[in-house]
Amino acid sequence: MIKTSYISKTVADLKPSGIRRFFDLAANMEGVVSLGVGEPDFVTSWSIREAAIASLEEGRTSYTANAGIIELRREISWYMEKEFRVSYNPDNQIIVTVGASQAIDIALRAVVNPGEEVLVVEPCFVSYAPLVSMAGGVPITIQTDKEHDFKLLPEVLEAAITPKTKAIMICSPNNPTGTQLGKEDLTRLSEIIKKHDLLVIADEIYAELAYDEAFTSIAVIPGMMERTILINGFSKGFAMTGWRLGFVCAPKEISEAMLKIHQYTMMCASTMAQYAALEALKNGMEDVEEMRRSYRRRRNYIVKSFNEIGLDCHNPGGAFYAFPSIANTGLSSQEFAEQLLLNERVAVVPGDVFGQSGEGHIRCSYASSMEQLQEAITRIGRFLER
Amino acid sequence: MQLTEKELEILRIIETNSRIELGNLAKMTDQATEDIETALKKLEEMRVIVRYSTIINWAKVDDYEGVTAMIDVKVTPKRGVGFDEVARRIYRFQEVESVYLMSGVYDLSVVVRGRSMNDVARFVSEKLSTLDSVISTTTHFILKKYKHDGTIFEQVEEDKRIVVSP
Repeated sequence: MIKTSYISKTVADLKPSGIRRFFDLAANMEGVVSLGVGEPDFVTSWSIREAAIASLEEGRTSYTANAGIIELRREISWYMEKEFRVSYNPDNQIIVTVGASQAIDIALRAVVNPGEEVLVVEPCFVSYAPLVSMAGGVPITIQTDKEHDFKLLPEVLEAAITPKTKAIMICSPNNPTGTQLGKEDLTRLSEIIKKHDLLVIADEIYAELAYDEAFTSIAVIPGMMERTILINGFSKGFAMTGWRLGFVCAPKEISEAMLKIHQYTMMCASTMAQYAALEALKNGMEDVEEMRRSYRRRRNYIVKSFNEIGLDCHNPGGAFYAFPSIANTGLSSQEFAEQLLLNERVAVVPGDVFGQSGEGHIRCSYASSMEQLQEAITRIGRFLER
Repeated sequence: MQLTEKELEILRIIETNSRIELGNLAKMTDQATEDIETALKKLEEMRVIVRYSTIINWAKVDDYEGVTAMIDVKVTPKRGVGFDEVARRIYRFQEVESVYLMSGVYDLSVVVRGRSMNDVARFVSEKLSTLDSVISTTTHFILKKYKHDGTIFEQVEEDKRIVVSP
């Protein structure tokens, strides 16, 4: 018999992701229309897939430099400069990682000392708080609300800061709310962050998917670059989730610290995925633009439709999630999502899995065909009328 | 002519689905339904929107008889009207699907649809090559259509994603 005492206390104390339960429920059902998918509905562009195949044909199957092939780091550096006006040296400030998820992990482990606090702004991606715990830190959650479009307010941030606070994790555009922080929002938050000498771990994986306002990276705010660990990747903008390829940019000293962890735990990201990413940056930007347009149309459609059928939904500026309120149904988000799945076979993710302030909402991914979205709206409308 | 971003957006959407409901088109482009109607009417009148058509994979239809050929045509252009006059003479034939003026070793690319190879052969020998300006023709029959107007015929769109993910 396996003793549970074999499991480390840190891991035993982690909460399992609330998404898992819905996956198990929905996966065994027929005829489900899913708005629960947190990834693009596009298949990776053929030119990118073809580049990976070519790299295999050429026999590029060995390890690469720990930080990734230099050609790719140079392209990333150029891309970050051109798209987001931030400059990072490909030689010592950029590390290619196994998805943005690994980048978040090595960022936290590189900077957090045992017992130090990391601020996690909810609702947010499910892995942030567990990753802080696994890095030995203490996740301190801060809440946002619908009245302020789920934007973090400077006074709420300041109230959460203690002498133990080391860093804050910010994700914009956000999963699950779709909220994008504009330049003014970031400037106001940056004042507090600088005043208290905090680090920022900025998850900008949805940066390419901004629909109304040009995306601003927090690193461009004066005085922020030296305290920002910038995380981005290929999964969302380039529709490359399964390739597991991201990158992290940071000041040289922090990059060197992260690289230590990366070389001991991962060695390097997948070689074929790196060659695919190289092609993505060289020739993939037109496809990104087309995908962005397509998401924008579907965002417009689903937000208007939710409001029409009686679910109050704010207009998300980016990512591919709508986060309507279901408060007026009197159901909790778990009850709503479960009953909707069982009665109408529409899969959505209950908002509470993304944190306390997600309660009363459901996350609906609109990365699905228009036919699927229309069907989902019809079924949800019918569900609400009961 | 210069179109607005909203008009371009309408065109991009209906280019792949001209049957989309006006209400949905309005929602997707963040406009009122009446404005969509006005814009469509204007684009039709300007002949930016030329026709609403359907892509049919006739190869799937049993007993459907029909062949398509692409014909490279070399012609002598005429002073004053260039290639336009001969192009007009060619495109007016009902069996001609499309006519393009080309760069390269020949001048006009003519796509012809007929019931049979004989049908097309007759058209080429009796109608096309007998035109005064036509110097030579090379006929290529299409054996199979894999992709047409950006649409892959045999592809079944299958969603390979897991149903719920973070």
